[in-house]
Amino acid sequence: MSDENIRKSSGINREWPVLIGKSWIYLFLLGEIVVFSYYGTGFFSAKNFQNVMVNSITIMLLAAGEIFVIISGGIDLSVGFVMGFASVMSAKMMVTFYTLGWNQNLAILMGILIALLIGFLPGLLNGFLVTKMRVPPFIATFGMYGIAYGFSEIISYNVPITKLPPGVGAFGNGYLLYYLPGKLLNWFSQPVGLARAEIRELVPVIPNIFVISLLIIFIFGFILSRTRFGQHTYAIGGNIDAARRAGINVDRHLMKVYMVSSLFASLGGIMYVLRFVNGRADAGSARMLDSVVAVVIGGASLYGGTGSMVGSIIGTFIIAILETGMVNLGIPTFNKYIYVGTILIVAVLIDQLFPELVRRGD
Amino acid sequence: MNNTKTSPGLLVKFGKNWVVFFLIVLCVLFSFIGKGFFANNTINNILLSSSPALLLAVGETFVIVSGGIDLSIGFVRGMVAVISAIVMRDLYAMGYSAFLSILAGIVIGLLAGLLPGLLSGMLIAKFKVPPFIATLGMYGISNGIAYGLCSGFPIINVPQEAGRLGNGHIHYYFSGLGFSLFNRPPGMLDSQLRNLVRIFPNSILISGLIITVFGYILARTRFGQHTYAIGGNIDAARRAGINVDWHLVKIYVISSFFAALSGVLSVLIFSNGSHTQFSASLELFAVAAVVIGGASLSGGKGSIRGSFLGVLILSVLEVGFLMAGIFAFYRYIAVGSILVLAVIIEQTFPELIYD
Amino acid sequence: MIEERKPILEVKNIVKRFGGLVAVNGVSMEVYPGEVVGLLGDNGAGKSTLIKVVSGVYHQDEGQVFFKGQEVKINNPMDAINLGIETIYQDLALAENLNVYSNIFLGREKLKKALGCIDVLDHKYMLTESKKVLDRLGIEIPSLKNRIKMLSGGQRQSVAISRSIFWNAKFLIMDEPTAALGVAEQRKVLDLVRTLSAQGVAVIIISHQLYDVFQVAHRLVILRRGEKVGELMTRETNPDEVVSLIVGAELVENSKK
Ligand SMILES: Nc1ncnc2c1ncn2[C@@H]1O[C@H](COP(=O)(O)OP(=O)(O)O)[C@@H](O)[C@H]1O
Ligand SMILES: [Mg+2]
Repeated sequence: MSDENIRKSSGINREWPVLIGKSWIYLFLLGEIVVFSYYGTGFFSAKNFQNVMVNSITIMLLAAGEIFVIISGGIDLSVGFVMGFASVMSAKMMVTFYTLGWNQNLAILMGILIALLIGFLPGLLNGFLVTKMRVPPFIATFGMYGIAYGFSEIISYNVPITKLPPGVGAFGNGYLLYYLPGKLLNWFSQPVGLARAEIRELVPVIPNIFVISLLIIFIFGFILSRTRFGQHTYAIGGNIDAARRAGINVDRHLMKVYMVSSLFASLGGIMYVLRFVNGRADAGSARMLDSVVAVVIGGASLYGGTGSMVGSIIGTFIIAILETGMVNLGIPTFNKYIYVGTILIVAVLIDQLFPELVRRGD
Repeated sequence: MNNTKTSPGLLVKFGKNWVVFFLIVLCVLFSFIGKGFFANNTINNILLSSSPALLLAVGETFVIVSGGIDLSIGFVRGMVAVISAIVMRDLYAMGYSAFLSILAGIVIGLLAGLLPGLLSGMLIAKFKVPPFIATLGMYGISNGIAYGLCSGFPIINVPQEAGRLGNGHIHYYFSGLGFSLFNRPPGMLDSQLRNLVRIFPNSILISGLIITVFGYILARTRFGQHTYAIGGNIDAARRAGINVDWHLVKIYVISSFFAALSGVLSVLIFSNGSHTQFSASLELFAVAAVVIGGASLSGGKGSIRGSFLGVLILSVLEVGFLMAGIFAFYRYIAVGSILVLAVIIEQTFPELIYD
Repeated sequence: MIEERKPILEVKNIVKRFGGLVAVNGVSMEVYPGEVVGLLGDNGAGKSTLIKVVSGVYHQDEGQVFFKGQEVKINNPMDAINLGIETIYQDLALAENLNVYSNIFLGREKLKKALGCIDVLDHKYMLTESKKVLDRLGIEIPSLKNRIKMLSGGQRQSVAISRSIFWNAKFLIMDEPTAALGVAEQRKVLDLVRTLSAQGVAVIIISHQLYDVFQVAHRLVILRRGEKVGELMTRETNPDEVVSLIVGAELVENSKK
């Protein structure tokens, strides 16, 4: 009874900080949008927000995989170069099949499928090293970072792979909906037979690759929060011994977790190819840090056990809007690295100093 | 009776020195595959190409022995290279003497290089941020600063004397004119340059001296002893009255200092200050070298001698690949695999590794 | 009444050595359904080692273990759990980041179909079923949606116990269950042990606090230097007699002289 009273009375002083602590990312995101809209030119526009969407795809995909690993108590440093590997791999396949005279859609599809299939391998190996060989996650994936990078440079011969089938860009830079105000509405492709003036007026709505990415992320968000697989991921990160004693096959589960991460990294590489119409080894090299930061901003603890997909998406947008907004204001983007590094440290500091403020788990 | 005693002893001896054997095997292998592997030039090349990795690895050894890791050193090196090149270039352009500009560039570069270590050390020691996160944050920050200062292009127009200093050798030998120290033999024509034999690069001398000093510190002094103690059991170290927090700050400053030193040397050798996104792969090489050299990532084990061997292996691999005509990027695969392999060996046969 | 039934657990002539040290030396004992047995002895007497043989942490060098009349080979903790032998550890058992009912169902989550085909967690079912078992054991926890992190030590222990009971543990091993608890919490855990016993669960309890053991145990087994030196019904003995057995009778007599 007295125990409860103490908790209640201290709750009065604690309530506000806790509320802010729990929702600071939303406030921060809102603040960013307000500041950039106020100071920037044309920042607060449908066109620009679609820009943000496209820019956020890579970080969002990498973060969606990373969140599983981080909740399980590990970390995957290889995602950036696994992404590069997948981009090189799928571009190479597309080019190869296309030059063999295949139908271009088939060539593109094969490129994507093969990259996805091979994309499991780094994760499988990471998981094997972490679980069976007891290699610490950041070392196993650090080694994989070197290995994946080496392979992609060898496949691409140290130059971006180009000359992809033309359909790649058409799809990758296409939109879900094209809308000509007051006149017509067309799904998936630009309507044909428009006058030049009309083309200028055409409003593209929601980038294709953003929709696809978001759809896949939604499915995995569901898996994380609603299914047994997700529950076990949290349990392993919370107390690996308890998970073992509860009969969870921890090794097999972690193996799958690292495979999810490398699958998402590969998706990132494929989306890169669709958007930029080339494949390159360093496609995601600078994005690994961004994805870890997005996950951590989103409330995940690097000690494992907490975090959420929604949080990671918000974290992604915080970074993507920062990036887009800085370009809009003419601030050189290198500053972004400084902010991102700083945010990472500050987020972990908050986690350390005020643990009760950041438990935004589920 | 005797037999059963010697055979595991031999195995352990082999295990403890597997790095040395591996190095020998590599050398033999490459001397078959590539031509002229044992030439003086090749050895100079190996020494030269290993010098940045060696410096980074020495700093990283301190960190890993203490039970941490420093992922920021590649970008810290790049940042310092850019800063010190800018200082040299600008002072020289303002009319200061080459000597003064270079000196100022070196000093300011080294000082700036201490900051990231100081910061990550504080975060790790005082605020209990996990080392790989604190230094990953520093990785982002130093990358941003360097990139901001150079926009991705090398800083050029540093005084020429910088290059002469960095590329100088201790001995020169020219048939007919004999040996000379530090400078080319006088009276030599530029057209004869090809026949000049250069012996032992200056940059190696400098690195060698500093590394020896720090090797001594780690192996022989109380500072080194405390580093091992903290890595072995941080609570025990605390209870024994060691000022662990302060010690850890010093460790990360040392690591940062070596990254800075390597950055400054790179300006002296290449006559420019360059920073790219791939500076980050240097920490992969440094960590790999330290781990190959017998350090444990859980702390408490490792030595400068071991790390030195680790770096040699990686450099022999690099130069060997080059001479054998193997595409350079296979190196990354090799290094990544060796890193993981070394950790597996350490996990599986802990008794085989240096103690 | 207890003696007439068959023992649920019986160990015979258990020997466990660590190198040259004999930690447990030829100990035999049995436990009957619904019985609470207090295992007593000085530090290093071999209590923990003996129960770790039963819970699958160690494997005995000699001797046999019978469970429900059958000889069993317990090679690891999972074997013991699958038989229905649960050990309550201080910290090992719960995922602190998950809530109470998720921990009770950890590894055996109840699923339901969403959209007719996707397996998702059935939170409602797990919550109500957990509530039932907690009520049955008389355990009070403010909300089963609270994470374990927010609970006190005693509450955590209750959750761990409910978890094993929910999954039909017939035999509980508790090594120093009250060591880390406050006085009020200790009493609650002892109450819980009595409730369990009344519901037919057998319990081995190790504790340094004689008073605790005397309150709940029906029978006492005393170990000294790895050997069983006494076995007494609680109501037929007193703390003095037990202490003299724990430290060695000769010693007590010597000091009297
Ligand atoms: N894993 C082990 N390795 C070596 N000796 C052990 C081990 N576990 C226990 N012992 C020894 O066995 C004896 C009995 O220990 P233990 O069963 O823990 O005693 P208790 O729980 O009664 O205090 C002690 O002398 C202890 O040092
Ligand atoms: Mg004990």
